[in-house]
This record gives sequence, C-alpha cells and structure tokens, in this order.
Amino acid sequence: MSDLVDTEMAVVMSDGPLRRWLSVDRIADIGLRLAVLGGVYLFWLLATRAADSIFFPVPTDVLPAVWNDWLTDSTTWQDNIVPSVIRLLYGFVLAAVLSIALGLAIGRSQVLLEMLEPTIHFLRAIPPPALLPVFLIIFGIGDMQKVMVIAFGVAPPILLNSIDGARSVDQLQLDSAAALQIGRRGRITKVIFPAAAPKVFAGLRVSMSLAVILMVISELVAATDGIGFRIMRNSRNFAYVDMWAGLVVLAILGILLNAGLTLIERRVLRWRLL
Amino acid sequence: METVVTTLLSADDIHHTYSPGKPEEHRALGGISFSVDEGEFVSIVGPSGCGKTTLMRCLSGLMQPTAGTVLMEGRAISAVPEDLTLVFQDYSRSLYPWLRVADNVEFPLKDHRLPRAERRKRVAQALSDVGLTGHETKYPRQLSGGMQQRVAIARALAYRPSMLLMDEPYASVDAQTRESLEDMLLDVWERRNKTVLFVTHDIDESVYLADRVLVLSKGPSQVIADITVDIARPRDQIDTKADPEFVELRAEVARLIRNAGSDPT
Amino acid sequence: MPTAWTRGAAGVLIAFGIVELLTRAEFVNPAYLPPASSVVAETVRLFGDSDFWDALWATLWAAAYGLARAIIIAVPLGLVLGLSRWAYRAAITVVELLRPIPSVALIPLAILLFGTGTSMKAFLVTFACLWPILFNTIYGVHDVDRVGVDTARVFGLGWFKRAARVNLPAASPFIYTGIKIAASVALILAIGAEIVAGGSSGLGIEMGEARALGNLKLSYAYVTVTGIIGVLLYIVMEAIERHLFRWRSM
Repeated sequence: MSDLVDTEMAVVMSDGPLRRWLSVDRIADIGLRLAVLGGVYLFWLLATRAADSIFFPVPTDVLPAVWNDWLTDSTTWQDNIVPSVIRLLYGFVLAAVLSIALGLAIGRSQVLLEMLEPTIHFLRAIPPPALLPVFLIIFGIGDMQKVMVIAFGVAPPILLNSIDGARSVDQLQLDSAAALQIGRRGRITKVIFPAAAPKVFAGLRVSMSLAVILMVISELVAATDGIGFRIMRNSRNFAYVDMWAGLVVLAILGILLNAGLTLIERRVLRWRLL
Repeated sequence: METVVTTLLSADDIHHTYSPGKPEEHRALGGISFSVDEGEFVSIVGPSGCGKTTLMRCLSGLMQPTAGTVLMEGRAISAVPEDLTLVFQDYSRSLYPWLRVADNVEFPLKDHRLPRAERRKRVAQALSDVGLTGHETKYPRQLSGGMQQRVAIARALAYRPSMLLMDEPYASVDAQTRESLEDMLLDVWERRNKTVLFVTHDIDESVYLADRVLVLSKGPSQVIADITVDIARPRDQIDTKADPEFVELRAEVARLIRNAGSDPT
Repeated sequence: MPTAWTRGAAGVLIAFGIVELLTRAEFVNPAYLPPASSVVAETVRLFGDSDFWDALWATLWAAAYGLARAIIIAVPLGLVLGLSRWAYRAAITVVELLRPIPSVALIPLAILLFGTGTSMKAFLVTFACLWPILFNTIYGVHDVDRVGVDTARVFGLGWFKRAARVNLPAASPFIYTGIKIAASVALILAIGAEIVAGGSSGLGIEMGEARALGNLKLSYAYVTVTGIIGVLLYIVMEAIERHLFRWRSM
C-alpha cells in the first residue's frame, strides 16, 4: 500500500496537479475506507446495544468520553498521557540508539556475529512480559523500572535487524568509497547507514508496537500513573466507559506513533522513493 | 470413402482492447478470424508484442474479447469450454509446487467423478506419453524446466480434451530440450488424435510442427497469412529442416513477419 | 556450518563467563544481577520441581488452546475475505484500524468478563492471535499467482474448487508464517495475563510470587526458563515448517 502512495506522490511532485492524484481509483479507495470505518462504527453501536452489558458501553458514550475526559482534559495529559508517552519514548529511543549502533558494528564482523547470534536469539525468545517481575525487584515500581522493561524488551528486534542491515551492505560500495579516499567515518555514515536503513526501520517498526505493549503492561502491574494505570483503575472502580475511552486513546496513540515513524522513515529513505 | 471434417474451433473477427477509453488504452487484437479443423495441428506465429497471449486467453475462454465471437464446435463460448484446455508458457507457475508429479497430472481429473482406478490409468498413460514414467513421486522443484513442461502437458493430456491450446510452451526451455519436446508433442498429437493450436515466436518451430501456419501482424493484430505446410510426416529435426520445401516455407513466414513487424500501423 | 556453531557456543560461554566474573567480583551490583552460575543452578532446580511443571502446563495449555481457536476462526475467515477484491480492501482497512490496540490493554476487561482463570487467558490469546493469522491468510490468499488460478480455470474448476485446491494450498506458507508469529504472541499474552491478573496456576503467577518474595535469583531463573521455552517453540515451528513445505523451492 505504501508503494502505491509513494508512486502517486512522485507523480504529484513531478507533474504538479493534485487532480492527477485524485483519480477515480483513489476516490473509490478513500470512499471504501470511509465506508468501512462507518461500518465498523455501526457494528460497534449495534453490537453494544444488542449486548446491553455494562462491560460494553455504547460508542455514543465512549467517544464523547474520549474527547471530554481524555483528550481535552489537562489532568489526563498530566497524569496519564504524558507519563506514558515519555516512558515509552525514553525506553524506545534508548534501546534504538544502543541497538542500532551495536547491531551495525556486530554486523560488519562475521566472527562477532557468529559468536553473538545464539545469545541474542535467546534474548529475543524471552517473552517480554517475563521481564516485569525481575525488573520490579531491581528497580522498584517507579519510572526507571518501566523504561528498563521497555528498553530491554524492545532491543532484540532492533538489534537483530540492524545486524541484518549491516550485513546487507554491498561490499563493492564500501570498496568504491575507500578507493575515493573516504575515511572510516564517512564510509559509516554515507555507505553503511543508508544501505542498512531499510532493515533497521523494519526492526523499529516491530519494536514500536512491542514498546506500546510493554508500556501498557508495565502500567497494569504496578504503577502510579499512566494510561494503562488508569485503565486498570477504571476496571476496578466500575468506570467502564472511561476504560473503553482509554482503549480508544491507546489505539489513537498507536496510529500516531506508527505514522510518526513512517514519516521519519520516508525522510531518511527519501533516496529510495524514485 | 468420404471423411467428414468438422471445424472444432473458430475465431470470428476477434477484437480486443485493454482499458478502452482510458489514457492507457491498448488495442491488442484488430479483427482475427480463422478456423481449426478436427485433427489439425495449426501454429500461430507473429512478431513479439503482437497479442498472441491475448488471443489465447480469448480463445480459451479465460477472457471475453471486446468484440467478435469464439466458437467451439459451432457454439459460441462464454467461459472455458469443457473440451478444451490451455498449456501455459510459464510452467513453473502453472504446475502446483505442493503436489507431486502424479498428483499434478491427476489434478484436472479429481472433479469428474471418475473411479480411482481409471484416474490412475489416465495419469500413467499421460506420463508415459510425455516420457516421464518413473517420476511420479517427485515434486516440481526437483525437475528440470523441460521436465516440468512435460508434466504440464501430461496434465493437459490426462484431461483428455479434444482441443489443445498451447501458449509458447517451449519459449522458456533451451534449444535441445525444445527439439525433444517438439517431437514428443507431435508423437502425442498423432497417437491421441488431438487437435492442437500452437502459439510460438520461433519460426522454425511453427513450420516444423504444423499443418498450417497462421501469421499475425503487429498489434492490433490480424491474420496476414494462412500458409499450408505440405511436408510429409513423420517429421525429423534434421531431415525435415534440410528439406527445400521447409526452407522455402520458413523463409516465406520470416519475410511476412519482418514486413509485418516494420509495418507502421 | 561447524565454525558458526562453535563460535556461537563460544560466544555463549564467554558471555556466561563475563557475567560470572563481573558479578562474583561485584563489579556489578548483585542487587541487579546474581552470579550466572547461581541462576543456572536455580534453573536446573526448577526443572526438577513438580510445581514448576504444573505451572508450565497451565500456561502452555492456555496459550495453545487460545491459539487453536484463533486459527479455527481466522483461517476460514481470511480465506473468504482474501478471495474477494472488495472484501480484501475492506478487511485490510479494518485490521489496520484495530491492530494498534495492544491486546494487553484488554487484560482488565478480560478479568471483568472471565475472572482470572484459564478462560480469561485463552480469550486474550485468541483475540491477540487472530490478527497476525487473519492478516497473513488474507494476504496469502489474495496474492496467489494468477497463472496457477488460470490453470485451474482452464480445467473447468469453479471458484469454490479453485479456492480450496489452489488458493488455500498456495497460501499455506503465508498462513503458517502468521501462525508462527501468533505462537509467540500467544506466549506473551498468556504470561502477561498471568502476571497482571494473578490466578491459580501459571508461569506468570510463579514469577509474581518470586517477585513478592524479592527472590532475584528465582526471578532470573524464570526469565531463563521462558527464554528456553521461546527457543524450543521456535525450533519446533521451524522444523514443522521445513517438513510441511518441503515442496518449496528456496
């Protein structure tokens, strides 16, 4: 799907008129998506009405709550959204920076790669929630614990993909750069980074969804603030509408984070578009 | 004694245009008419890009032409006729990789409520016709290209259609393999009384195999020549190709194609 | 390759050795990481503990049962949706809309609906596993090679028979990939649900108890155990794949 958008965007950029972009196919596609969204909403409405259960409130209650009690409520931002997102980003960025650097370095050395791969695969096989109890003992229930859980849980996929990316660098390109007297640093930034970038971003993508999962679950177990914390508290306080509103907020967050990552990816991989 | 010859397949002024009315509109077929009699071996040859595959898709019923009719045994077809099948060029995508050779050949028979023993018999016979007895339990990926195409042909034979359409079946195969596949096909055609319509871009092949050669023009294509090949059968890769009659016919076809290819329309 | 194996093994041993050295010499605070040898010893001890095996079985059962249900729902559904062009587009949109909701966020809801037992875990596992299997099935069925489908058409097979005998087998490698992904998701949800909800039996519950006791060594042992399970799962899934799809040309 993104390939289609890329070529279409390229047409817009090279030809100009927006009219070209809004072809019949495109309008049909947007129409279909809106129709599907409408269908999902309708299904949600009818199903909850039919179920008539307090555990499944109707969207006409939930959606206003999303707006009023979550998105436009400054306390919510302060106590729930901001802490969660900050921990998420801290953990993710920390893991990303270290894993990418480490992964690219390991990937360039066949010996190092073979030595470390089994260990890294073992670390990746650990279901991330299993890290929660250990880190709770070590760090207590504060922010540090959650950031560490996220970082450690999210690192292996990024690491593996970075190794993979570094391995896929064309030796010929490196040799050409060396022949052109480009120093070590230049070769790293100008040859290795761009060549490894697609795989690295694939790893980042996977890790982003994992990060959200870990953020939520760490807040369900032992927390004093955060989105997950509030959802859990709501379930205990019979505040089911607010609980569902929290789920919607999480969905929005997930979509936004993915979109953000895509934007960054497009920018970095711009040379690949055309 | 009078032999009654029936027309098996005929094309009546077939036109086909892709994406009509849109900017990427492409007129592939510009009015093709011909007929194939029962028992004939007819080849179709033309310059590259002349819509041969489009024609085959229309003749086999896979696609409806934008104008014109395809008739099978005198009746217009609207879908794939039951007594006809098509062998594709790309055998690696046409054969089912998850089925062994014998199961691939049996594939078209599973539908027809034939008893198991009968199905097995047909499979064995088809494999024997194409020279692949003994390879029943192999997977397609274990076979060479030529052998895979044999399996595809065996599969078509097991189906027992009277009409066999073949869309450049030997284009993806090396020259030596192609020769043995050509002779195998002729052998099967005669032995099993099939009617074959064979599309190719290889001029030698088109003349070597056929009773008649239809030459297509460049797209939007039409039939620009219907040449009878009166060379005696059985044909031989070396002797027939040295025959002056063959050389002359071949040259004639080549000339037609060269002129058709440079035709400004 | 022998060298890769020996290097890998050497790598593991060296990593182990480094951790052991750092922790014994207390370069690393033992409150963070106990000596590697003691963790290994504890792990070995666990394997001899019948309570551990009961807990393991409870977790694996919930994961397997939930996964099986997800397969039964998602594969036929994906097959139907993938065959129709419009249904395909619509389904992809819905899946992409609902995918960002992390399944773990439904743990509180699941506890409300099902309590803290196996049905709660299985519900979550099924929900979470639906998406990768459904997505991969839809995609695999939709993307079947046209030549293969046309071949079935020229042999007179109608759409249903084509779906069953061409689309489904051709899509099976993709479907299996979805199941592979779902298998690790199943473990994540099962253990995660146990850690959050507590309950009577399961690895996550054992881990929770270790944490309540502040037993760092035991907690690390459980982490090691889950890692071993993850690796074994991976090996098994790969072996099954190699056998099921030995017809694939690689």
